[in-house]
Amino acid sequence: MLNRKLRNAFTLETVLLILTQPWEEQSCDCCSAPGNCCLNPSTLTQKLHLGGSERGRGNEQPWGKPCTQLLVSVATPGCDGFPSLDSKESYKLSISEDSLLLSADAVWGALRGLETFSQLVGRDEDGTYYVNETEIVDFPRFRHRGLLLDTSRHYLPLKAILQTLDVMAYNKFNVFHWHIVDDPSFPYESVTFPELSRKGAFNAITHVYTASDVKAVIEYARLRGIRVIAEFDTPGHTLSWGPGAPGLLTPCYSGKNLSGTYGPINPILNSTYEFVTRFFQEVSAVFPDFFLHLGGDEVDFTCWKSNPKIRAFMQEMGFGDDFTKLESFYIQRLLDIISSFGKGYVVWQEVFDNGVKVRPDTIVHVWKENATPYMQEMAQVTKAGYRALLSAPWYLNHISYGQDWMEAYQVEPLKFEGSPEQKDRVIGGEACMWGEYVDVTNLTPRLWPRAGAVAERLWSNATVRNLQDAYVRLASFRCELLRRGIQAQPLFTGYCDHEFSGF
Amino acid sequence: MGLGGLLVGLFLVSAVLVGTSVRHGVPRAEPEPEPELELAEWDPASGAFPEDSLWPLPQSLRTSPRQLQLAPDRFQIVHGAGSSAGPACALLQDAFRRYYEYMFGYARWLQRGRKGLAAKPELAQLQVVISSPEPGCNGYPQLASSEAYRLTITEPVAVLKADEVWGALRGLETFSQLVHEDDYGSFLVNASEIYDFPRFAHRGILLDTSRHYLPLKSILTNLDAMAFNKFNVLHWHVVDDQSFPYQSIYFPELSNKGAYSYNHIYTPTDVHLVIEYARLRGIRVIPEFDTPGHTQSWGQGQKDLLTPCYSGKQPSGSFGPVNPILNTTYDFMTKFFKEISSVFPDDYIHLGGDEVSFACWKSNPEVKEFMKKQGFGIDYAKLESYYIQKILDIVSSYNKGYVVWQEVFDNKAQLKPDTVIEVWMGNNYVQELSSVTGAGFTAILAAPWYLDYISYGQDWKKYYSVEPLDFPGSEKQKKLVIGGEACLWGEFVDATNLTPRLWPRASAVGERLWSSRNVTDLNDAYKRLSNHRCRMLSRGIAAEPVFVGYCAHEARGR
Repeated sequence: MLNRKLRNAFTLETVLLILTQPWEEQSCDCCSAPGNCCLNPSTLTQKLHLGGSERGRGNEQPWGKPCTQLLVSVATPGCDGFPSLDSKESYKLSISEDSLLLSADAVWGALRGLETFSQLVGRDEDGTYYVNETEIVDFPRFRHRGLLLDTSRHYLPLKAILQTLDVMAYNKFNVFHWHIVDDPSFPYESVTFPELSRKGAFNAITHVYTASDVKAVIEYARLRGIRVIAEFDTPGHTLSWGPGAPGLLTPCYSGKNLSGTYGPINPILNSTYEFVTRFFQEVSAVFPDFFLHLGGDEVDFTCWKSNPKIRAFMQEMGFGDDFTKLESFYIQRLLDIISSFGKGYVVWQEVFDNGVKVRPDTIVHVWKENATPYMQEMAQVTKAGYRALLSAPWYLNHISYGQDWMEAYQVEPLKFEGSPEQKDRVIGGEACMWGEYVDVTNLTPRLWPRAGAVAERLWSNATVRNLQDAYVRLASFRCELLRRGIQAQPLFTGYCDHEFSGF
Repeated sequence: MGLGGLLVGLFLVSAVLVGTSVRHGVPRAEPEPEPELELAEWDPASGAFPEDSLWPLPQSLRTSPRQLQLAPDRFQIVHGAGSSAGPACALLQDAFRRYYEYMFGYARWLQRGRKGLAAKPELAQLQVVISSPEPGCNGYPQLASSEAYRLTITEPVAVLKADEVWGALRGLETFSQLVHEDDYGSFLVNASEIYDFPRFAHRGILLDTSRHYLPLKSILTNLDAMAFNKFNVLHWHVVDDQSFPYQSIYFPELSNKGAYSYNHIYTPTDVHLVIEYARLRGIRVIPEFDTPGHTQSWGQGQKDLLTPCYSGKQPSGSFGPVNPILNTTYDFMTKFFKEISSVFPDDYIHLGGDEVSFACWKSNPEVKEFMKKQGFGIDYAKLESYYIQKILDIVSSYNKGYVVWQEVFDNKAQLKPDTVIEVWMGNNYVQELSSVTGAGFTAILAAPWYLDYISYGQDWKKYYSVEPLDFPGSEKQKKLVIGGEACLWGEFVDATNLTPRLWPRASAVGERLWSSRNVTDLNDAYKRLSNHRCRMLSRGIAAEPVFVGYCAHEARGR
């Protein structure tokens, strides 16, 4: 039933408590208490999927006294805030005959506790809901538990993103890494530069995210304790920026002539930095999270090399033939711009690998599986004093036959040579669903429940690694996802009481 | 709006006139003066033609740049003069309505119906003419059914000619693929001439409803998709070790005890529905009841059917394949397959026969005793053959043909000469095709098309590049390969991921089995397949993307 092993849980075998009252009727006693925060009961109903059993409401209950309230007690308010890297997600859940109590320091912990509580509620053959006497103390092992969606290679309708946020909450993920634009398309509708999506989206009307779409995503995520980290990857992966921002990309040459194609962002023009400044000023204001993801991966130097003006600039700057120095030159200016807006940043590992001077609080995102073994990269990044995020073993867009969730599950993010301080710098990881072969037709079954394996690795204790046990829990959690209307694919042969029926 | 809009306005008058003449009299197909048709051999590389969206590619296609316009509120699909089918042919009536909706959508054209037509000549009708005196409206498609058709698209009417309704269904699909909507919402079709027929007669999809139950709706949706890809056989692997969802009339305990739950069954009504839904789309339903292995789920509802396994001298409590040494086994099978033979109208039943594990038989003293008595020595393949031969005799007595997996042939069971052997083992299928056809048997190829084996990237190219007749053998042998099947086994597949996992990957197999052998250009196929996938989306099939890009009408997130 529980998707993840709780750190400190005991469960009594006797079923003592039943929930028979419609949840709408309950009052939230903690609301009036000073310093406490009230959660909307209608949200509760939704989360718990309490269908209400006619039979269960009868008078002759063989059970104990029905319980009608889950008391939610939050020590520090913050209902209107955004979750952050430092948010507290710990909670205590105390379920006894006398009371059902969920207590947490912050609303974010309360959200996690509600999810756990909903996973504890069972239903017997008569349709009666019940929950076992339980004591739970729970908190995440890693603070950053992310999921990357790519809306550039294929456009994902708003609805698909929102539904993914729902399932992320069921899995206690807390970061939506929105890889929003890339070479193939630019669906982000910019207020400052509307031409970017007008000319760079697959379709300027139907395949874009308007300002209100973006707001909806951010708010929907916030209500679920999920941060939205937007990625605007530069200077590579920017072909779709070109049509809407003339002069931004480097013109490539074939011999002495312009070839008509374009390469990465042109790092030698002042106009580039003026554009970048204004663009990221908007992005910094639109996305409330402290962090932006600035990309910086896979910069192809061929076009830069072909361009005579760039070569002249290289000479002038004394970079010689080392184009990583030119990349660093660009990135450093970009980072300064972002810093000036009071934002922190995450970058892909190449930025670190290429020796770009970055602020000490930069987060380095490790994604390459083999170039350097990723654990070695984790050691190097943390040894240099940077915080690290792990994604390399969790590229869920790479599919294969069989139960590949097991591989994802067996990863141990801290299994590298390094001091305890270094280990502390690993703030978490992200499951990535790149979009080359993924759109709304196959996103959900490809993502779930496979990403659930990553979620447990990032939340639960390092010692929770038994595959048989995980299989049983994950298979039944997958059935619960179906019951909640999520098109999660099967782990292996078998069935669920509530099969997927939403065609 | 620039010059284009102006032109539309200028020619509005003549367009209306065309419309009027159509409304007042149904134009005839025959005596109309031949319009100037500049038919050109189609050049797949040009990319300029809307035929870029045809899938699978017809055998012969000539098309002209000349475009005809269809007015949704006037355009009709009708029975042509001289057709042996008429409005009483419910199968065609149903297909006419279906294809009308695929082409024009449901509600959208109503608003647009009053709009004037552009400067293009109008195509008023598609006339469907069935030439055989037995059109087949109430029959079932068969291995020998004719699926050939001829499609002539000129103004004012297009004519679709076919021997039987099955060819008309294929032609309607092709016609609907030729009709496209331009940026102004007009429906256009290029004047064209198509003659088309399948390369292979058996073009199947295998669905496995035992490892995971598939809701009826999911099966029906995939029958739709099969029709869009001109597949004509649903190989329904209905039961297996894991569960027995088929509700038997004679033996209801089989599903009562062998299904995953009471909700996870196919009632007789469900089965009839699948068969009828398939028939209306020209698709045969071949059920597979695999024995003697793969039968664990049968055991719970049918006492003594399975072989009790022994551990030493004691029964171990577990069971093996069907017990081949008991008369009761054959009594049961006689009755069971009598039911199956009458429930499923197709001439063929798939009898399985794959992957029989001998370990349990070997452990059982009574089986060992029987082996001795029969003089089989320790060759358990002989025992398997003994069983299979008896089953084949039973099924033959009901006048059914049968398909079996390749092991039955490999183990040298005595087979009737008209047995169909399905080749599935991936390691050496080329050689196997050679042996099977060399022995004079008919073959179906499935080995390179196990679509449940997924991998990263565009694996459709692998399926597309298979050439089924690329094996050593005579012309006569090649003729014995009647087709192939794309198999989606159910270990990791249920209703949540079936459709995107199957489509458009199975489409690659669809074209390989339908189109001419020389249709192998991957770049051309990529372009057409991407368009075809978008069309499937617009028809409600959640087919996954081939690669980066988009469709004008994306699938909607739920």
